[in-house]
Amino acid sequence: MFVLKLIARNALRHKLRTGLTILGLLVAVTAYGLLQTVVDAWYAGAQAASSTRLITRNSISLVFPLPLNYEARIRSIEGVTAVARSNWFGGIYQNPKNFFAQFAVSPNYLDLYPEFVLPEAQRQAWLRDRKGCLIGRQLADVYGFKVGDVLPLRGTIFPGTWEFVVRGIFEGSDETKITRQMMFHWDYLNETLRKSAKQRVDQVGIYIVGVQTTEGAPSVARAIDATFRNSLAETLTESEQAFQLGFVAMSNEIIAAIRIVSYVVIAIILAVMANTMAMSARERVAEYATLKALGFPPRFIAMLVFGESAVICAIGGGVAIAAMPYVAAGFKHFAGEYFPVFEVSTLTLALQAACATMVAVAAAIVPAVSAARTRIVQGLRAIG
Amino acid sequence: MSTAPFIEIRHLSKAYQRGGQTVPVLNDINLDVMPGEFTALMGPSGSGKSTLLNLIAGIDKPDSGMLRVGGLDISQLDESELADWRANHIGFIFQFYNLMPVLTAFENVELPLMLTRLTRAERRERVELTLSMVGLEDRATHYPSELSGGQQQRVAIARAIVADPSLIVADEPTGDLDRVSAGDVLALLRRLNSELGKTILMVTHDMQAAKSARRLIQLEKGELGAPASEPGA
Repeated sequence: MFVLKLIARNALRHKLRTGLTILGLLVAVTAYGLLQTVVDAWYAGAQAASSTRLITRNSISLVFPLPLNYEARIRSIEGVTAVARSNWFGGIYQNPKNFFAQFAVSPNYLDLYPEFVLPEAQRQAWLRDRKGCLIGRQLADVYGFKVGDVLPLRGTIFPGTWEFVVRGIFEGSDETKITRQMMFHWDYLNETLRKSAKQRVDQVGIYIVGVQTTEGAPSVARAIDATFRNSLAETLTESEQAFQLGFVAMSNEIIAAIRIVSYVVIAIILAVMANTMAMSARERVAEYATLKALGFPPRFIAMLVFGESAVICAIGGGVAIAAMPYVAAGFKHFAGEYFPVFEVSTLTLALQAACATMVAVAAAIVPAVSAARTRIVQGLRAIG
Repeated sequence: MSTAPFIEIRHLSKAYQRGGQTVPVLNDINLDVMPGEFTALMGPSGSGKSTLLNLIAGIDKPDSGMLRVGGLDISQLDESELADWRANHIGFIFQFYNLMPVLTAFENVELPLMLTRLTRAERRERVELTLSMVGLEDRATHYPSELSGGQQQRVAIARAIVADPSLIVADEPTGDLDRVSAGDVLALLRRLNSELGKTILMVTHDMQAAKSARRLIQLEKGELGAPASEPGA
C-alpha cells in the first residue's frame, strides 16, 4: 500500500509532463486500435464466410465465366445440397464514387445465405418482379433506398442503362454481417444479354455450392474440379473463406502498410515514454540514493521506476481501451461507406493492453537499472 | 560506558579515481569511538570528513584497513548485507534533509519502519511518539514543502531515530539552517545523546555546532589531526 502510494504520487508529481505523456499514450494506443480494427474490417467478409459453402469459379481467372450447364452437373455431385449462380455486375449508381457491390443471382441464392434475413412478403415480391432487386440494410441506409424505389445503374461490364425496382431490404442476422450489396435476377441479366450480346448469354461468374457438412467440403470441392478437368472451362473450387481471402490478398501491401504504421505509432510513444521515465529517474537520483542509504534494496528502487511507468501507461492505455468502442463508432460514422463492418474485437483490445504494458516495461528498463545501480555517495552528491 | 569501542578503525585508507588519476582521500586512519559518544568531525573542505562518515555509515567501502562498527567488520559485507545492516543500525541526517517531497512528515518518518516487521498500528505508534519527541506532532500531515528548513531537519532527525539505530550519522546537519533553527537541531541531537544514549557522529565545519559534541576530531588532508579534545564536555 505504502509503495503504491509512493509510486502514484511520484507519477503525478509533474502534472503537465505526466498529463502530456498520458495524452500521447492515449492517442497512440487509440490509433493502434483503430488501425488494427481497419485491418480486421478488411477481413470481415472472410471472417463471416460459411464453412458449408464452396465457391466454384473458372480456374484460369475470376474474369472468365463458366457455362450455365455446369450447374446441373455440380448439383448431381454427392454431398452437394444446393447450387446458386452469381455474376458480378459492376454498375455505377449516379457517380463512380458511389461504389457498392451488385450481383445478378439465381432465385435460390438467399437459401444459401441464411445470414441475410428478408421478410417473406418482400421475397415473394422480388421473385415476382423480373426487374426487382434486393438491397442490404447498410446500403439502404447510406443512399436512403426504400422498397418501391427505382434504382438506375449504368453498366460497365454489361453496357447500357439498367433499371431495377427495390422489392426488398434484407437485414444481417447480426452486426458482423455485411449488408452493403444489391442483388437482382440473373435471368434478367441473361435475357437482356440475349438481345444485345448473344455471345455472353448463359454464362455464370461463380457458382455458390452448398455442402452437407464442413468435414465433407474438401472432398466435394475435389469432386467438382475433377468433373470438369480437361474441359474447356476447368474449375477451381475453394471454401468461401479462401475465396474471400483471395480478394483481401489483392490489398496485402495496403494492409502491410497499415500494420507498419500501427507499430510505428507504438514505437514513437515508446520513445516519448522512455524519455519521460529517464527524466523522472534523473531528477530523483538523490531520493533514490537516500532510500538506498536508509536500507532499501536496489530492487525496491527499480520497482519504483517500473511502477511509475506502469501507472502512466495504465491510465493512458486504460482510458484508450475504455474509449475504443466510442471512438470506433465515431470512425464508422464518417468512414462507414468504406467499412460497413467496423467492430473492435476482443483481440484488438487485448493487443492494445499488451502494447501499453510493453511500453510501460520497455520505457522503464534503462532508467530502472540505472537508478538501481546508482552509487549512494554519487546520488547524494546530486542534491543541493 | 563500556570499555570496548563502538567504532574501531585501523589503518583505513580510501582513494578516488579522478580523470585517470588516483586521489587519496583518507590515509591510514586509526580511530576509536566509544558507545554513547557524541563526536564532531571537523576539517576544511576536501579533508575527507564526509568520506570517513560515509565509510562508517556503510554507504561507501574502504580500499584497505579494518572498519568495525558495533563489533562487526562492515568492510567485509556485500551490498545486500550492508543495506540490511544500515537499515538496522544507522540513522542518517543529511545537510539538505533528503526528505521525500511526495510524502508527508508522518510518511517520511515511517519510511525506515517499512523495512521492519512492525504492524501498521505499531508503526503508527512509533512514528507519533518520534514526531512528538522532535516537537512536530502537529505537523504530521504536512508535506516537506509546507515546513520550514528547521522543521524539515527535525523530521529528518525523527526519521533517523524512529527505527532505534545504534549509531546516528549527521553530515552538516545545520549547514542549511539559520542560527535559531540550527540551535534547535543541535539541542535535539544533544538530547538524543544524553537522554537516549545514542552514539552520534557529526560532520561539521561550524565550530558552534561542533561545541555541541562531547568530542572533536580534526581531519586534515585525509589524516587525523591533533589528539581528540572534548569541546562540549
